[in-house]
This record gives sequence, structure tokens and C-alpha cells, in this order.
Amino acid sequence: MAENANQNANAVVEHLRAWNSKAVEDVVEFRDETTIIVPHALLRVVAKECRDALQFDLLSDATCVDRFPIEPRFELNYHLTSIPKKQKIRLRTRVPGDHPYIDSLVPVWLGAGWLERELFDLMGIHFNDHPDMRRILLPEDWKGHPLRRDYPVEGFRDIPATYLPGLKKS
Amino acid sequence: MSTTIASHSVETATGAAKTMVLNMGPQHPSTHGVLRILLELDGENIVKADPDIGYLHTGIEKSCEDKTYSQATTLTDRMDYLNPLGNNLVYALAVEKLLGLEIPKRAQYIRVMMAELQRISSHLVWLGTHALDLGAMSVFLYCFREREEILKIFERFAGQRMMTSYIRIGGLALDPPAGWREMVSRLLKMMPSRIGEYEALLTENRIWMARTKGVGVITAKDAVAYSMTGPTLRAAGLAYDNRKVFPYSSYDEFKFDVPTRTDSDCFGRYMIRVQEMRESLKIITQAMEKITDQGPIKAEAPGIIPPQREKMKTEMESLIYHFKIFTEGFSPAPGEAYVTVESPRGELGCFIASDGSPKPLRCHFRSPSFVNLQALPRILEGQIIADAVACIGTIDIVLGDVDR
Repeated sequence: MAENANQNANAVVEHLRAWNSKAVEDVVEFRDETTIIVPHALLRVVAKECRDALQFDLLSDATCVDRFPIEPRFELNYHLTSIPKKQKIRLRTRVPGDHPYIDSLVPVWLGAGWLERELFDLMGIHFNDHPDMRRILLPEDWKGHPLRRDYPVEGFRDIPATYLPGLKKS
Repeated sequence: MSTTIASHSVETATGAAKTMVLNMGPQHPSTHGVLRILLELDGENIVKADPDIGYLHTGIEKSCEDKTYSQATTLTDRMDYLNPLGNNLVYALAVEKLLGLEIPKRAQYIRVMMAELQRISSHLVWLGTHALDLGAMSVFLYCFREREEILKIFERFAGQRMMTSYIRIGGLALDPPAGWREMVSRLLKMMPSRIGEYEALLTENRIWMARTKGVGVITAKDAVAYSMTGPTLRAAGLAYDNRKVFPYSSYDEFKFDVPTRTDSDCFGRYMIRVQEMRESLKIITQAMEKITDQGPIKAEAPGIIPPQREKMKTEMESLIYHFKIFTEGFSPAPGEAYVTVESPRGELGCFIASDGSPKPLRCHFRSPSFVNLQALPRILEGQIIADAVACIGTIDIVLGDVDR
């Protein structure tokens, strides 16, 4: 079963490489999961190719890992599922901390809408062309993005504002 | 959570120049918690709906980053409070995948049995409250009567009725209690006729049909585009069930059907859930045959799984491992794992990233309620306001799961 999954994943990687030689930066295999690392600028077209040519019709999840203080700190993971081919794959791209902007995948999968709003709310990543880029879980006057690694678990309560230089603007 | 209340001047179907914004929730009883929906109305027709969530946000994903892997198990119970065992299961499976742990078959079968009992109890709460929303009071009482029996079984197994934390990393918390077979058998014997009772009250009830048939239709294409999963997707005709498509915890050894329908309305989703309860009973029957009376319930993994009490008092190594597990935890290899299971509401996913430290670098839950809820505006558009309650009900959201 695991071997089958790997062969299918290889077929996906090969298809993407043949389609555009720059589409695949790297491939990571860990615990029978295949991660395709995609350049920042090509994320949306690669996603579209995955949906149209490779039948990845369901966007299962979109999530982000903050590797602070390593730059580029954000690692964006999109988990795709193909219902007809019974296959899963992960697309990954890196987003820099000083300019956290990336193309939204809402034009490809409508289901990305809230998942990306959640990432905007909790991680502070901005998605270009997103139809509704508002906070979703937190109040709209909330300061900061709590799921970032430099945001303390207990929050910023009772800490004098002078100790929070990064939060004065936003 | 955000607020944008504005009365738009738009040209609407009936020619009215202005629409009205109605604030439904967060205290509305049929939103099953604290969901707020801004409904833009043209007379009685819904022009636009904007769900506003976050009232129950507890930052569980952030808290997980500050706990060791085993400590975070108890947090998962609190997400989807109608499906705590399913949440435990997906978290345990994700950490086990990260560690590369193999779980004994006996523990896997017990996990399957508990997950299916949980599915029935969750569907019972859904059926009862949904029927109550639509005015059928008695079904609620019957559903909660049977749910009580299931909660009693959980209490015997785990010592807790709801926040069980029974499924742990590497296996289970405890051996099944004495007399569990009789308890579960009694439930299995009772349930088919009880499900028949609910169906007798609802399925051919003319009021029920009038309130649910043809209401809240979403096509299979739209449902997939919106990443909808679970009974909602299956009612639209796609047999996508994680238990069949990506089997976990030995589900591939069980014989059961994935019910699908093509009507894709509130009635279809109701029928799917009723049939799923029957399928779950089949799985539990098979699981009971597979579970042996004796056998391990935890994987053999010193340093990760707490040792047996007996060994701790006689063996030096076990004592050291026990101390280390509870003081500093265990450290999986750096990497990521993503696991999906079929919760009563749809695809429940858990993504864990490890950086090689005893605490997760990132722990993300793909909650089915959250993702399914985003299609609500699409379903509600063009419906009349009285049907909004039926539509919200059949998506089957749990606000603890939506907001996390």
C-alpha cells in the first residue's frame, strides 16, 4: 500500500516537472507522505494544474508552520486529496516574514476561503486576490497574530506597552 | 469575528430597493451554540448570509504548542465535544505516524468500537436537536434516552462520560472493564428497533418531509469545491468516506457500506445519518468478535508509552522511563504528519510538525464543522428564512469544533 502511494506520488511529481521545469523545487518523503515544494510565485498555477490535470478535486486543509527565527519563516502547507484517484499530496511553499504575501487559492478551490482567512487571522499571512480578507476567529480590533512563535502563549496581558515594540503599529 | 452591518441598496428580485439585515444568533437556540449569522433579507428571502464565528475560540492549537505530546491529548477532547473519542483518535494517530509506532491489533479494534459508539451518540444528539429545531419535540427525548446508554458505556470504559481521553498515544488508557461485552451487546440489541422508532416518527411524517425535502440543496460539484465532507457530501452522491478511502486503525478489515444519496437536500442528509447509525452497529458487532479477552492495549515503546505500574516498582529502567516521560516527555524526529479520519461530521484532520523537541512545533486541526460551515452562505442564498434553521441543522456543526 505504501509503495503504491509512493509510485502515485512520483507520477504527480513527474507530471509537474514535465509540465513546467520550475514547478517543483524539491520533494520531501517522510512517513509515506509526499511533500512537493513549490516556488512562491508559481503556487496558484501549480495548484490549478493539480486540480485540472491530476484530479486533486478536494482541498483538504491549508495550514502554516512558523519556523521563527529561520527565514523565510512561514511554511505554508496545502493538503490536497483526489477523490477519484484516492490519493493525497502536500504542496508546500515558503513565505518570508518581512513580506508575508502570497497568491490566494480561492480561484482554484472555493474551500480555501475560510482556511486562508484563518491563516490571516492567526498567522498574519496576507493572501492576494482573496475575496474576503478579514479576521475570522478573533475580534477585528485584535492586535497581533497569536499562532506566530514570537507571540507568547499567555498573550500580552499585563505587560506594559513599552516592552512590546513590535505591536505598536499593526 | 468581525462585524459589518450595512443595509445595502440593491435591486432585488421582487423589485424592492432596500434589503434588511437580520442578526441571527449568537444566542439563537437553533444555532447549536454561539454561531451568529448576518442575514440580508429581501422580504422573507435570504439574499446573502454571512456567518460570524469565533465566540468559542479557545486557542487550542496555541496551547498544544506549550504542552508535551501526551499532555495535549486532553485538549483534543474539548474541541468537538460531541466527538471526543474521534478527536483523541486523530491526534493519537498523527503522533503515532510521526513516531512510526505500530499499535497492537486489539487496541486498534477497541479504538474502532469506541469511535463507532461515539458516532452513534453524536448522530443521536444531532437527530434529536435537529428534530427539536423543526418542532418535533418527542424525538429529542428518545434520542437522549439512548445516548445516555452510550455515555454509561464510556463512563465504564474511561471513568468519564464526555471528556474521556481514552485513546492515548500508543494505545488506550485502560483495559476494557469487566462486563463490557454485556453492556455493548445490550445496546446492539436495543438500537435497531430504537432507530426504527425515530424513523417511524419522522421519515414519512408529512410535516417533516415538507420542512426538509428540496430544502438546502447543494450540488456535488459545489460541495467538493467548498471542501465539504461527511454526510453532506455523501448526500450529494459522492461515496467519500475516510474509513474506506484511506483506511486507518484497521478499518479495512471491517465490512460495512457507505450510504449515499443523490437528492442532496436536508432530507437526504437526515437519511444518510440514520443509515450511518445502522452501519456503525454492524461495525461494532464485528469489532466485538475481533476483540480478544486478553492482549496488549499499548504498543511496546519504552520511553514513549508509560510503563506498567507493576514494572515500575520492580524494574529500574521502567522507573527511569516513567520519570522521564512525565517530566520532559518524548521527542519525535523532525518532520510533519497529516492524518485524516472520518468524524461524524466529516473529514477530521490533524497536522503535526515536530522540530525534534518534546513539544509540537505546530499542531493544527482541520475541523469538519469549520470547513463545512463556509458553504452555508451558498446553501442559504435563495432560501426563505424559515428554512435557514433546517439548513444550519443538517450541516451538523459543533461550535467547539468550528472555533477551537
